[in-house]
Amino acid sequence: MLQDINLALQPGEIVTVIGPNGAGKTTLLRLLLGLSKPTTGKVWRRPGLGLGYMPQRLQIDPSMPMSVARFLQLGQPQVDVREALSRVGADRLADTGLAELSGGEMQRVLLARAASRKPQLLVLDEPTQGVDLGGQGEVYRLIAALRDELGCGVLLVSHDLHLVMAATDKVLCINQHICCEGLPEQVSRDPAYLELFGDKVVPYTHQHNHEHDFGGDILHPHSHDQDEHKQ
Amino acid sequence: MTQLSELLQTQFLWFALAAGLLVALVSGPLGCFAVWRRMAYFGDTLAHSALLGVTLGFILQIQPTIAVGASCCALAILLVYLQRRQKLSVDTLLGILSHSMLALGIVTVSLFGINVDLLSLLLGDLLAVGGQDLVLMAIAAAVIATLLYFLWEKLLAFTLHEELAAVEGVPVEKTRLALMLMLALLIAIAMKVVGILLITALLIIPAASARRLSRTPEQMAIFASAIGCCAVIFGLLASILWDTPAGPSIVLAAGVLFLAAQLRPNR
Repeated sequence: MLQDINLALQPGEIVTVIGPNGAGKTTLLRLLLGLSKPTTGKVWRRPGLGLGYMPQRLQIDPSMPMSVARFLQLGQPQVDVREALSRVGADRLADTGLAELSGGEMQRVLLARAASRKPQLLVLDEPTQGVDLGGQGEVYRLIAALRDELGCGVLLVSHDLHLVMAATDKVLCINQHICCEGLPEQVSRDPAYLELFGDKVVPYTHQHNHEHDFGGDILHPHSHDQDEHKQ
Repeated sequence: MTQLSELLQTQFLWFALAAGLLVALVSGPLGCFAVWRRMAYFGDTLAHSALLGVTLGFILQIQPTIAVGASCCALAILLVYLQRRQKLSVDTLLGILSHSMLALGIVTVSLFGINVDLLSLLLGDLLAVGGQDLVLMAIAAAVIATLLYFLWEKLLAFTLHEELAAVEGVPVEKTRLALMLMLALLIAIAMKVVGILLITALLIIPAASARRLSRTPEQMAIFASAIGCCAVIFGLLASILWDTPAGPSIVLAAGVLFLAAQLRPNR
């Protein structure tokens, strides 16, 4: 399924995995999470690495009565529900039943749970699944804000090519092997990338030299040092 | 009514009531998991295999409740394994196994000339519960209750999302196995109460009735136990008053309670 994958994740770095359907994105994620074992090769996780995982979706049977607050504290009663929800801008959802959430609300709640574990590595499987177009950019802004707050590494799998390009430090384009990797601007010009996704995709050329807060205001200026993104 | 007050003096009635309540208490929370995880068919398959356990117990000279418990456990483990490596849908697989097991049970009972009342195995024989049965049932119920208490959060996390639970450190396979074994134990003790054919009803109906009344998983589990206990009491009363079979009367009472719960506006 997957071969010749060599990937290292650094703290504080957002790495996005893109690739066509069947490229092995989910397989790669499962390997990194320890949900399946590689046939050859090795996955090394720093001992005691705190993992936060946001699954692609959570389909709860409506017969199960469970509020968002209860879900956030499930197996981790010490979590402060209000803090966890305000982190993702979903304060008012605490008493809502999980089964009643919209797609976008569910993604926020899943993100809140992943972040509430104060992970050193946040792993997100298509975090905008089921989120309407307007909300997708907001989800990526949230992820970047979480990275800044928690100082964790972020690995995400995504389909939203142009949105991802804006909010990531490093892109890994895979199709059963690594096709190309590097900074978003480099990857979007890479022949291997263009071959996979065609030129329908307008490469996103946002100059990422500052950060936004939730309201879109510019926080402290910040520029990416290209040299720190090495394998 | 004098007849009833006379009956209330008899031991078998209190044994029957105690047995019914024990089973209802633990089948409440387990039934919730059966509903949440959509395992009704799975429970049916396990229950239908109980008859084979009776035969095995007879051949090996083992106490029937223990034999049924052991054979249900074995089948539960086999099912978990089969579900993972089949091309057929789980639904189809269980449909095949469920009825084959029932047929196999009935055939082996007659093949080995086992002297049992088939009807009482299929529909329960609550009024014939003896002291030894009651002790075994109490032990099994205590084991189930203890496991439920200690594994509760893990079982919930595992029911919500298996992979998320696994990443967060829940031993998913062990939790799954524990749930299966609890179900197998329950079936072994519920067989006396409502019989092989109706065990799933006792599992599903109280839990489903409790859904409308509950806002948390814990509430639903407790309400399911309570509704199950009411069904046992009403069913047993009806069975004495009108001389109807106890097991089906209990299930019918549960069904009526389910309908009554539907009258309540949704929460």
